Amino acid sequence: MSAEMNLKIKIWRQKNSKTSGSFETYPVVANEHMSFLEMLDVLNEDLISQKKEPIVFEHDCREGICGACSLVINGQPHGPNSGTTTCQLHMRFFKDGDIIVVEPYRASAFPVLKDVAVDRSAFDRIMQAGGYISVNAGQAPDGNAIPIEKGRAGQSFEAAACIGCGACVAACPNGSAMLFTSAKIAHLGHLPQGVVEADKRAQAMVAQMDKEGFGMCSNVGACEAECPKEIKLENIAFMNRSYLKAVFSGEEV
Amino acid sequence: MKWLITFFSSSIGKKLLMSLTGLFLILFLVVHLIGNLQLLKDDGGEAFNTYAYMMAHNPLIKIVAYGNYFFIILHAFVGISITLYNRGAKGQKYAVSKSNKTTWASKNMALLGTLILAFTFIHMGDFWFKMKFTNELATVSYEGFPVVKDLFTRVSTAFSQLWIVAVYLIGMLVLSFHLWHGFQSAFQTLGLSHKKYTPLIHNVGKAYAILIPLGFAIIPIWYFFFKSM
Ligand code: HEM
Ligand code: SF4
Ligand code: FES
Repeated sequence: MSAEMNLKIKIWRQKNSKTSGSFETYPVVANEHMSFLEMLDVLNEDLISQKKEPIVFEHDCREGICGACSLVINGQPHGPNSGTTTCQLHMRFFKDGDIIVVEPYRASAFPVLKDVAVDRSAFDRIMQAGGYISVNAGQAPDGNAIPIEKGRAGQSFEAAACIGCGACVAACPNGSAMLFTSAKIAHLGHLPQGVVEADKRAQAMVAQMDKEGFGMCSNVGACEAECPKEIKLENIAFMNRSYLKAVFSGEEV
Repeated sequence: MKWLITFFSSSIGKKLLMSLTGLFLILFLVVHLIGNLQLLKDDGGEAFNTYAYMMAHNPLIKIVAYGNYFFIILHAFVGISITLYNRGAKGQKYAVSKSNKTTWASKNMALLGTLILAFTFIHMGDFWFKMKFTNELATVSYEGFPVVKDLFTRVSTAFSQLWIVAVYLIGMLVLSFHLWHGFQSAFQTLGLSHKKYTPLIHNVGKAYAILIPLGFAIIPIWYFFFKSM
């Protein structure tokens, strides 16, 4: 038996990035096995059958790996369960009769496109600025050609878990993207293949991050608390020292 | 030069300024407290007055003092400009916000800092300004010194007034909160984070944030309760 839940969803509706939005409240009948997005699907079906406009929200893999889903649910990016994305958040974390408040991510660099979908292309541009390594394409290289110590590989892998969802920016009272940017810089910067371009990468990615209008980190730690992949603040320290090293030892005058 | 301008206009460059100026002020507070503790000596003010005289006349101390004025102003200026920029970067606020695992101090550094600045003006107006720019203070003479201004009497008169004591206690409480977050934050900003020493930095920071403001607070309390009655 799956328990039926009668919920009220108080959700942000906004026509486009030029208009201002407001909250609307809709009733929905869900059950505890649904994911949060499935619950929104049910709500959208209801809205369509009432000839109302369905709510625009983002999603893709629905298995917690792509970073497309977003939403601030009852004041928390990706909702109340720690270490999970919205698509992996189950309705059993709510109670029958709850009023659930759903808002878009808030940050000036993430403008609302429609309803609760925001434009996160700023992250793409930060990646394009330096979130890569330059290799000659061709045969796949031997996986173990460059031995990497376990601890280092571990640090890199942990940072590489970042799915680029933007919850860190959404959680940050300063709208800072330093957790995301630092995860990318640390992911590549810990590995020998990434060290070659480390200085250039740190400078280019930080410069792009600043250019996009993200805020400056005050080391509040809200990002780490809300990150669905539990990316650590140590990455920000890694980014800071990579950047400082790059600036003070670089050739540019 | 271009690289320096680029650096100080970057987010990490500005944060580096905050961190280094903050750490300088942290060092200054230790020295300032050690000097002030001489007010607790029961010698009618000789130790404190001669110390104050030396501080005002030593050229090296003078240079450090000007550095200190400059750094606190720079810290305040950059801090407030960062905060205003960040407010714009956040844009619209959430209708509901639930912030887990974050401290109140970390989100209110500019408010705390502005209160510290206000306190600093009151504090310097009362002692530093009167000592340096007016002839309001009486003079005393001690062996081996020329005429020395009696800052000690000024301090003890001030601390016999309840409202001044209250201002000082509130000032120190505010400072404590600022440092509770600021101390460890400065190291994170510098990129110094490692499982070997970060727990130590956090603990030293918490101890500092309690003990230093407490040390300063003892002085007005001592004067109010034990000297002026
Ligand atoms: C004795 C006085 C002071 C000391 C010892 C002190 C110390 C510090 C330290 C160590 C930090 C951390 C820096 C970092 O995160 O890298 C900090 C941050 C900050 N301080 Fe102060 N401070 C003092 C006075 C002030 C004043 C007068 C103001 C301004 C009005 C101020 C405003 C700020 C702000 C806004 C931050 C946060 C910056 C950020 O992380 O975004 N502080 N302070
Ligand atoms: S650091 Fe965490 S919260 Fe930020 S984009 Fe990556 S996965 Fe999302
Ligand atoms: S939809 Fe892919 S992570 Fe949620």
